[in-house]
Amino acid sequence: VDNPTDRRVLVLLDDLSLKSSHSIFFNTLKSRGFDLDFKLAEDSKLALQRYGQYLYDGLIIFAPSTERFGGSLDSKSIADFVDSGRDLILSADTAASDLIRGIATECGVDFDEDSSAMVIDHTSFSVSDVDGDHTLIAADDLVKSDVILGKTKIEAPVLFRGVAHSLNPTNNLVLKVLSASPSAYSANPSSKLSSPPQLTGSSISLVSVMQARNNARVVISGSVQLFSDRLIRSGVQKAGSPNQYEKSGNEQFVTELSKWVFHERGHLKAGNLVHHRVGETDEPAIYRIKDDLEFSVEIYEWSGKSWEPYVANDVQVQFYMMSPYVLKTLSTDKKGLFHTSFKVPDVYGVFQFKVEYEKLGYTTLSLSKQIPVRPYRHNEYERFIPTAYPYYGACFTTMAGFFVFSFVYLYHK
Amino acid sequence: MAALESPLPGTPTAMRNAFGNVLSVLILVLIGVLAFSIRLFSVIKYESVIHEFDPYFNYRVTQFLSKNGIYEFWNWFDDRTWYPLGRVIGGTVYPGLTLTAGTIWWGLNSLNIPLSVETVCVFTAPVFSAFASWATYLLTKEVKGSGAGLAAAALLAMVPSYISRSVAGSYDNEAVAIFALIFTFYLYIKTLNTGSLFYATLNALAYFYMVCSWGGYTFIINLIPMHVLLCIVTGRYSPRLYIAYAPLVVLGTLLAALVPVVGFNAVLTSEHFASFLVFIIIHVVALVYYIKGILSPKMFKVAVTLVVSIGMVVCFIVVAILVALVASSPTGGWSGRSLSLLDPTYASKYIPIIASVSEHQPPTWPSYFMDINVLAFLVPAGIIACFSPLSDASSFVVLYIVMSVYFSGVMVRLMLVLAPAACIMSGIALSQAFDVFTGSIKYQLGASSNSTDDAEDNTSTNNAPKDDVSAGKTDKGEEIVKERSSKKGKKKEREPADKPSVKAKIKKKALVLPLEASIVALLLLIMLGAFYVIHCVWAAAEAYSAPSIVLTSQSRDGLHVFDDFRESYAWLSHNTDVDDKVASWWDYGYQTTAMANRTVIVDNNTWNNTHIATVGTAMSSPEKAAWEIFNSLDVKYVLVVFGGLIGYPSDDINKFLWMVRIGGGVFPHIKEADYLRDGQYRIDSEATPTMLNSLMYKLSYYRFVETDGKGYDRVRRTEIGKKHFKLTHFEEVFTSHHWMVRLYKLKPPRNRIRGKAKKLKSKTSSGLSSKSAKKNPWV
Repeated sequence: VDNPTDRRVLVLLDDLSLKSSHSIFFNTLKSRGFDLDFKLAEDSKLALQRYGQYLYDGLIIFAPSTERFGGSLDSKSIADFVDSGRDLILSADTAASDLIRGIATECGVDFDEDSSAMVIDHTSFSVSDVDGDHTLIAADDLVKSDVILGKTKIEAPVLFRGVAHSLNPTNNLVLKVLSASPSAYSANPSSKLSSPPQLTGSSISLVSVMQARNNARVVISGSVQLFSDRLIRSGVQKAGSPNQYEKSGNEQFVTELSKWVFHERGHLKAGNLVHHRVGETDEPAIYRIKDDLEFSVEIYEWSGKSWEPYVANDVQVQFYMMSPYVLKTLSTDKKGLFHTSFKVPDVYGVFQFKVEYEKLGYTTLSLSKQIPVRPYRHNEYERFIPTAYPYYGACFTTMAGFFVFSFVYLYHK
Repeated sequence: MAALESPLPGTPTAMRNAFGNVLSVLILVLIGVLAFSIRLFSVIKYESVIHEFDPYFNYRVTQFLSKNGIYEFWNWFDDRTWYPLGRVIGGTVYPGLTLTAGTIWWGLNSLNIPLSVETVCVFTAPVFSAFASWATYLLTKEVKGSGAGLAAAALLAMVPSYISRSVAGSYDNEAVAIFALIFTFYLYIKTLNTGSLFYATLNALAYFYMVCSWGGYTFIINLIPMHVLLCIVTGRYSPRLYIAYAPLVVLGTLLAALVPVVGFNAVLTSEHFASFLVFIIIHVVALVYYIKGILSPKMFKVAVTLVVSIGMVVCFIVVAILVALVASSPTGGWSGRSLSLLDPTYASKYIPIIASVSEHQPPTWPSYFMDINVLAFLVPAGIIACFSPLSDASSFVVLYIVMSVYFSGVMVRLMLVLAPAACIMSGIALSQAFDVFTGSIKYQLGASSNSTDDAEDNTSTNNAPKDDVSAGKTDKGEEIVKERSSKKGKKKEREPADKPSVKAKIKKKALVLPLEASIVALLLLIMLGAFYVIHCVWAAAEAYSAPSIVLTSQSRDGLHVFDDFRESYAWLSHNTDVDDKVASWWDYGYQTTAMANRTVIVDNNTWNNTHIATVGTAMSSPEKAAWEIFNSLDVKYVLVVFGGLIGYPSDDINKFLWMVRIGGGVFPHIKEADYLRDGQYRIDSEATPTMLNSLMYKLSYYRFVETDGKGYDRVRRTEIGKKHFKLTHFEEVFTSHHWMVRLYKLKPPRNRIRGKAKKLKSKTSSGLSSKSAKKNPWV
């Protein structure tokens, strides 16, 4: 795909009033050129595909209470939508429906099972929280990634009111973007705690992202309000903190996050994997052991408008046969070309050049190219080995001696 | 031949010899035609295809050779087998067969006879079995005269054991190796009889051809030293023996070392050790004879005691060093296959991969009757005939039959080595018997026609030595040899000269049988031969001609053809990517590379036990573990052979225990006991959970229940244990017409990882709640 950024986005709402109450977020998207299509979640004409072709590149679901989508949409078709490489922003809220929870589970995110629970934090709540139950969180534990959240640091805390979720630590596809503080817990704010809360501390994730193996990106938020005009416009002061901000960090946060999720940033492409013997230019069909070879690969990064050379010093190539025999860091010419040279190991077999590049926030690169390595041919060995000269000598003297002996024996009478 | 040496041309005997020789040549040509044509049943009944497993590899190699030439073949690194290790084919293959067929193809093409490589390969084996029968004729003629030779050649031309390995299409090493084996033996005997250095050199070359062709050459390089040792021990040492042996060891070993697959093994491994030991012994013996010749008897005795005492010490030290050296290597320097020959239980104890091959199992008694038929009964008679009198040559064939009987008892595959020996022995026995009976008839008829006693005596004395020495046929060469040999030992000169004549007279009298008895016996012998022919033709037509890639079965509603293998290999080659890797049990490796042109993980050249064990482990593991193993090997497709629907017994489920054993030999977490219920291998509802969850079970029986509703396995004759299940990590992509071959594709890794534990709960609870809410409105 020449342009990895999404263009057509379907927005599913459980109430059309959200369109105006979240207008700032939607307008930033529109201003960046996205084509938003607002639909009610119960709309009976909902369809992601027509004639086997997807109608949208991205999907925003701000319908936490929807029990059932209209039309042909269900949890599976949304999972298929993601598996086809398309992107999703899913937002739950308190009392999120099983449907929304199910979609989140498909993406590796587990919302608190207690449907009335909210994230409560008695230390890092926002002072503007009028209810006094400390459910409006001023969260500032953001993931440190320029790729996901942009180069400009988000100074103000992000306001959050909603449901907690947790991630499976062994799942390496999901990532906490906004975590709760260590003092947070998840419980029903209107009732007394009868048992210790299941989700506590910084294991609670407020906003998470998932990048699937096919580089489809998903944002899952525990709060729809996070995207709302009200919280975006609201000033923020974290309890116990002297810093007071005129505007919360929400606008920057959701904007940057939407840039990432819709592939305006952090999308790499690699190609033109080239290898050849040192001093040659053509790619051989087979290498010999101990050949010297040169390897190069081109990697570009999508800037949102064009492909720019990717610059990094941590791209590696493996020369791999069941395990890497050679592992080399590639050097770059800052024009997108990464190259190195090395000697083929003294082992024959079917090798692969493998470039596997997984870096936080970036799309995963996984390239491989098969190449066999053969042993020496029969005439590629040394013809005469200096240490064997005594044996050659012995051989020839024996032959000469035998000849002389035969001559003497036969003709000397 | 013998006729050229006949002293007086024009005499009736000379005429008879000449006529006999023309007849022999004619008979030999006919035997050649018989040997060739009896092997064509497979082409006529099926089609001109390469058979079985190994021949496909040989065929592929020959194709490569004919396309790329000998140097490329020599240095061929094959990256399509044993992925990702690859295989250096040029250095690990016995090139004899390939080079032979390649040369034939090249020769025919340069004569503008455009045969395809496949055709040449298909017909190589029948052609060489004709050669083998001619070689048998030559060998037996050297031992017992041309009558026995013709009989033996005729027997060999159609012995079922040999047919089983050399029908048209059975393009395997043995096809040319048996010819090479017999021819090498012939040249050895020829050298032994003539003492000619020319034949000794030819012998070394024939041995070289044998080394090129088949790993069974170690049989030659052990049998000949044993015979030499036997001759020395029995006091038959002669310079002829030296000439027959010493050049063979020196030249033969040098030549053998030229074959890449043998290389330094020719001097390093214990298989070749006997030849060198005997080489030393024969030199010592030669020296002793030489010294004996120049010393007086008294001095000789002194010298003997001196040398023996010193020699013993030296020998002891040398042997001790050798034993220490050999013992330091774990297998004693023997290869696994050779060890299992010496100790038949070795393979089953230590090397399951050798024991798993059916042709490495000991044969059953019926297989002797099947494979050599009446020869089994004629062999003892032949052995007796070889002992009257015992010559160097006849002692060799006796030794040959004894050794080959032993080896055939260890491995059914070596029945093939026994077959020529049995044919030679039976040929000798038959021809001796015919001689006796026809001789008696002639004698009786002569007696009844009142010939004089004198004449009778004359004929008897004339015939007697001939009977003894050369099986009744005039063979001057033999006699000359006999005389020459007897001249060597001065003491022994008189004994053989006196004894045979005395003995012969006694024997001659005893040999005369009544006319009626002779005629009846003759008829019985002919009947025996007829039964043999009938059996052989039946075996060739019915038992050994199936190409095993195409199967047929006869049922009430006609002939069924099962062409599933080619169907699936064609599917693979048309529907998968060129570089895709296909995993299967190693039996199907050669076929997959040759017919589907896809890379395989393991194949029939079982050189890397660990790699095979990895595949075995994957097959015996549960789906997820298997997927991980296969994925780490870049496998895209898994091929299993399943016979349960049509009752094809050699399918993967029946081979499965070997996969478990071989896998468990390297990866101890696979335990054979987990797959057996009370020591029994079963796949029904009593089967162990490990068995029912193994990948092999699942891939074999996936959707099997849909065929008949019960899942009745016709090979195991039982209903399968686990009928309804889904595959999580594999998906079925192809199942052949009769379900014999099933192909599965590895599913790619999940695009997403689902949330943990709760997924089930939330799913089921939501599912249940919604359902129950609908179904049961009162709750």
